[in-house]
Amino acid sequence: MTVTEPVEDPAVTAAEEPDRRPEAKPKDNRAWLLVLPVVVCVTFTALIPLMTVVNYSVQDIFSPSDRIFVGLEWFRSVTRDPEVRGAFLRTLMFSAQVLLIEIPLGVAIAVAMPRRGWTVSAALVVVALPLLIPWNVVGTIWQIFARGDIGLGGWAINQVPGVDFNYTLDSTDAWITVLVMDVWHWTPLVALLAYAALRSIPEPYFQAAQIDGASAWATFRRIQLPRLRGVLTIAILLRFMDSFMIYTEPFVVTGGGPGNATSFLSVLLSKIAVGQFDLGPAGAFSLLYFLIVQIVSYVFFTVLTRSGR
Amino acid sequence: MTGAPASSPEPAVARRAGRQLPWARTVFWLYAATLMLPLLWMFGMSIRPNEDILGGFSIVPQRATLDNYATFFSDSSWYSSYLNSIVYTSLNAVMSLVVAIPAAYAFSRFRFAGDRHLFFWLLTNRMAPPAVFLLPFFQIYQSVGLFDTHLGVAIAHMLFNVPLAVWILEGFMSGIPREIDETAAIDGYSLPRFFVRIFLPMIRSAIGVTAFFCFMFSWVELLIARTITSVNAKPIAATMTRTVSAAGVDWGLLAAAGVLTIIPGAVVIWFVRNYVAKGFALGRV
Repeated sequence: MTVTEPVEDPAVTAAEEPDRRPEAKPKDNRAWLLVLPVVVCVTFTALIPLMTVVNYSVQDIFSPSDRIFVGLEWFRSVTRDPEVRGAFLRTLMFSAQVLLIEIPLGVAIAVAMPRRGWTVSAALVVVALPLLIPWNVVGTIWQIFARGDIGLGGWAINQVPGVDFNYTLDSTDAWITVLVMDVWHWTPLVALLAYAALRSIPEPYFQAAQIDGASAWATFRRIQLPRLRGVLTIAILLRFMDSFMIYTEPFVVTGGGPGNATSFLSVLLSKIAVGQFDLGPAGAFSLLYFLIVQIVSYVFFTVLTRSGR
Repeated sequence: MTGAPASSPEPAVARRAGRQLPWARTVFWLYAATLMLPLLWMFGMSIRPNEDILGGFSIVPQRATLDNYATFFSDSSWYSSYLNSIVYTSLNAVMSLVVAIPAAYAFSRFRFAGDRHLFFWLLTNRMAPPAVFLLPFFQIYQSVGLFDTHLGVAIAHMLFNVPLAVWILEGFMSGIPREIDETAAIDGYSLPRFFVRIFLPMIRSAIGVTAFFCFMFSWVELLIARTITSVNAKPIAATMTRTVSAAGVDWGLLAAAGVLTIIPGAVVIWFVRNYVAKGFALGRV
């Protein structure tokens, strides 16, 4: 049984709520004085370093005094490098799996979270906790937990006959460990975002659904899901960005190995940059990486500024 | 039909309304328990002596000891790196807020040439992979004398924290009606005086939340902090990745350090519980 018309309204009204009206803001270029400190600051922390990277990427640098201009040579060699291509595909694959698992799971958790009483606060605290743990400690937690000899998780899996789980030797096990770790770490973010949106649905909508005899699925599909649209877009983009530049957790748990099984883009890039100190290839690699992120950021920005107003 | 929801005919219906599937609560608390399990396991490791950890698998610790914590606080390479992290994260939070507050106000209240482009540019820095900035940071910070200093790390982390702070604060500030500014202006308040006497007190919880997130994101960052430090400003996160000695990994000590680095987040979690989603979504939820 489906829910009748008025119940579908929240999505529509939510989109039309005039929270912010940019056109009503006065135009005043003196506001530049207020943003000037930020501009100076970001110029030093981001713009100058980025220009340095551009500088590296078009030169072959033997020493500070001995360098030749090589044009786009590094870009060509980086895009053809099988190691870089492998890391790129691996990172894309990882991001895709992260999204496929975390988004539905996060929504399910948000729907199941208590909505009133003292348990609300308890639930929020428990769900938020993984998000506030330093990323390298998340790595440490799973480094211990997933070990066959001293970790509860690894030990429990190894109790299954015929299974020999070892993330330091087996590449599939390493991949699974990193993926499970990410799901553990970040699904709470999706859940909290979705939960915030769900809590904003006025109680009468549920009462109307109840009176209409709507099933739990129909209530979810017709009342809750439309409310989640904006928030889920944010969640998908945030999760894509962060999983696409994941570094600390796999670095701590697997160090990119075994072999290069969990060598994601950031792991490989920092190896080339700081480990081997190959300025040219690292510069070209960085710029291409930055460009991809820039494009996704633009989508993100468009979505955020549209949905906000 | 439209009027029905508001006037809820029977109290019984009203009470049941919006109720979840019968097993939803159970499923949720099961999930919550699973979420806590790896954490509790690490805590369990931190209170075991190393012989017990390596001596054989046991779910409940045979002996409880605080030796690992004692080692942490007596070894200067551990506790001083913990202090290093606290110093540069605090410094970073203060500096980020000082530059971000006026900017966020400008973005939320005025239109000016290039405002959208600037706002977007800030976002791209929050989203940029830190790995991209490793090389230039390493070289620039060395050449200007900021290498291996607390100030250097604090400035480097402003890369992502200033944009974060501007975005979160702008979100909060835009929720405050502009009529307040206009009324104050009519009452003869100058902008700086209005800002300090009226506006800042109004958004103090937003400032608290933003400060917390700046602190947090600086506290969890490893890659940049590790690259531009060596000894004097070495962060706790970097110390933790170098625990392998001749005798193998000191698991108990590593777990104890892990528990201690969770504390700053765990202490304030109660106060920020309603803002966690907002902080991560750059103030857009």
